[in-house]
Amino acid sequence: MSSTDPDHHFVAQDDYDENADIQMLDRADLDAPTWLLIWRRFLRHKLGVASGIYLLVIYLALPFIDFLTPYHYTTRDIEHIYAPPQPVRFVHENYVGLHTYPTEEFFDLETFQVKSKVDWTTPVPIPILSNCGKSYHLLGLFETNFRLICPPEGYTLYLLGTDRLGRDVHSRIMHGAQLSLTVGLIGVTVSFAIGLFLGGAAGYFGGWIDSMVMRAIEIIRSMPELPIWLALSAAIPANWGPVAVFFVISIILGLLDWPGLARAVRSKFLSLREEDYVKAAELMGARPRRIITAHMMPNFMSHLVASATLSIPAMILGETALSFLGLGLRPPAVSWGLMLNDALDLTVVEIYPWLLMPLVPVIMVVLAFSFLGDGLRDALDPYS
Amino acid sequence: MLTYILRRSITMAWTLLAISVLIFAIINLPDGNYLTNQIRELMVTGEEASIAKAKFLLQQYSLDKPLVEQYAIWLGVWPGPNGFSGILQGDFGYSFELDRPVSDIVTESMWFTIGLNLVVVLFVYMTALPLGALAAVRANTWIDYLTSLIGYLGLATPNFLLALVLMYYGNKAVGLPIGGGMAKEFLDEPMSFAKFGSIMLHMIAPVIVIGTAGMAGMTRRLRANLMDELSKPYVTTAEAKGVSPTRTVVKYPLRMALNPFIADIGNLLPQLVSGSVLVSVVMSLPTIGPILLSALRSQDIFLSGFILLFVSALTLVGMLISDLLLAVVDPRIRLAGKSGNQR
Repeated sequence: MSSTDPDHHFVAQDDYDENADIQMLDRADLDAPTWLLIWRRFLRHKLGVASGIYLLVIYLALPFIDFLTPYHYTTRDIEHIYAPPQPVRFVHENYVGLHTYPTEEFFDLETFQVKSKVDWTTPVPIPILSNCGKSYHLLGLFETNFRLICPPEGYTLYLLGTDRLGRDVHSRIMHGAQLSLTVGLIGVTVSFAIGLFLGGAAGYFGGWIDSMVMRAIEIIRSMPELPIWLALSAAIPANWGPVAVFFVISIILGLLDWPGLARAVRSKFLSLREEDYVKAAELMGARPRRIITAHMMPNFMSHLVASATLSIPAMILGETALSFLGLGLRPPAVSWGLMLNDALDLTVVEIYPWLLMPLVPVIMVVLAFSFLGDGLRDALDPYS
Repeated sequence: MLTYILRRSITMAWTLLAISVLIFAIINLPDGNYLTNQIRELMVTGEEASIAKAKFLLQQYSLDKPLVEQYAIWLGVWPGPNGFSGILQGDFGYSFELDRPVSDIVTESMWFTIGLNLVVVLFVYMTALPLGALAAVRANTWIDYLTSLIGYLGLATPNFLLALVLMYYGNKAVGLPIGGGMAKEFLDEPMSFAKFGSIMLHMIAPVIVIGTAGMAGMTRRLRANLMDELSKPYVTTAEAKGVSPTRTVVKYPLRMALNPFIADIGNLLPQLVSGSVLVSVVMSLPTIGPILLSALRSQDIFLSGFILLFVSALTLVGMLISDLLLAVVDPRIRLAGKSGNQR
């Protein structure tokens, strides 16, 4: 309490600021750390947030795919080849609960097609959280055959039908997600590493290194991606195992993608080099390595993450295209592209449209990554 | 202007040279080639005459030499067994699988590929220009949302799915032809008006399929550029002076926004060429796509090497054209070269 005032009124010692009331509201924003501002701005992008949550959920579900699917992806059922999707209902007259109906496959002698007949009179309850089918290693720790949903005893549960070998399309789509979704991550890591290294070197050192890298970027960018991808993946020896092929394919996808990132890194470096704090650090004798990692990286890393997010969809689509053309992943691996390989001709669209189902997750995931990337990019300028 | 063209052409030529080195390295990555595989196979059956023929071919095309020499002979800067005869001399090599010279196999499909991509580029520009301009002028209305929806779907849908679906429904609904480059009866006919019409009819579906993704990106970028221009004071001035709304947009802001639009062809072309390879396989179009695929599978190195070089050259020439167009449209670019300061 100050008491210099002769009338003994309270007088604050600070200078009077007539805008203080208005600024109070903004103060919270101005004092907040940058990441909080970015986060708040990102939350305003509803579509981006929804996409982020969606992607998080499916990526977290990947290790538990065996638990979530009713069948193992290699399980074949020669009694049900090209079976159409089976109906699932909740209410049947006075029976309430998740149930399906028995279906029977028969050969139509008039059209020479496999058809199926649903017996709508007897509902068969679907067992939830029980043991069935082939056993698997949960998280690689212990063997079990405990699953979220199981086909009813003596009946089938083909939620999205079966393919030409009588394998459950639904289970295979979920298993395919494991490879199709990680391909993009590995590819982006590769392109991120190359882009960061080359772009950083070009931007920081300039001179002949810069012009070399820029030439390389120009050359790679003017090569059409798919034919080169095809040529590179055709070079993978035929006797390699599915896992090796998977890794090489993801690296191939990343090899052509780095020019965009390298360019972004280079331009960021060029503009940041002129900043006063970089000069200050240089004058204090910091080494290039320290300046780059401690002072420059934090300033553009978030931009890079956003642009990397935007380049994952291209890789997922690339894997799909390669596998679809038969030069990508190889069976017995399952991926969305490999499953679509069965849908190469028009007959499938006409007679077995459910074989095109893997396209739904492809489109959803690609859209989700695009929205997430857009949201991140918009959020990264919290002061604009 | 002439020096500008010359400088761009020289850059293009040596970029192509670097690409040819890369491509030659890529096609030689797998162990062996079609001939060595064949020789190995024949060794098992022991057909002396065939082995001798394959070995002769191996020597004739100097596939027994070290890689660097092979490359130089392939390019035509080093004398092979038959003197200088490589890409530079117009000898594209020999396809061992199809037992014909490469130039015989690819000539016709090359023209079809160029034609197809040309039509797609036209389609992309002709749809993206009005759509992007409309979306910018009527920002945040249903027409804007519709174009961005089409854009997102175009980006997210794999080309081959679009090809399958469009082939199926296009045939069912309006009777578009299914696949192929032209109707069967025209296959060996000389070019005529009817044949041209048939080719055009068969191109509708592929052009839409290949072009959609490119169109989507193009529309979004034009919209963003035009929106930036529209918020500038000179537009307000024009409005205040009572210039008609169409003229206000078309006369200056659109011209300004057009610049990156033309430059964008550098991003667009590789994407289109990639797309046309994939879609051709699905829709069995007579482009080089399906030939490339089978050549890669059988390690027919001269055929696949030439096709890869050709598609790269196609994109490079397209970029050159876009650079020249840009210089015509924007005097700043062609004048920048004269004073010697590059961008």
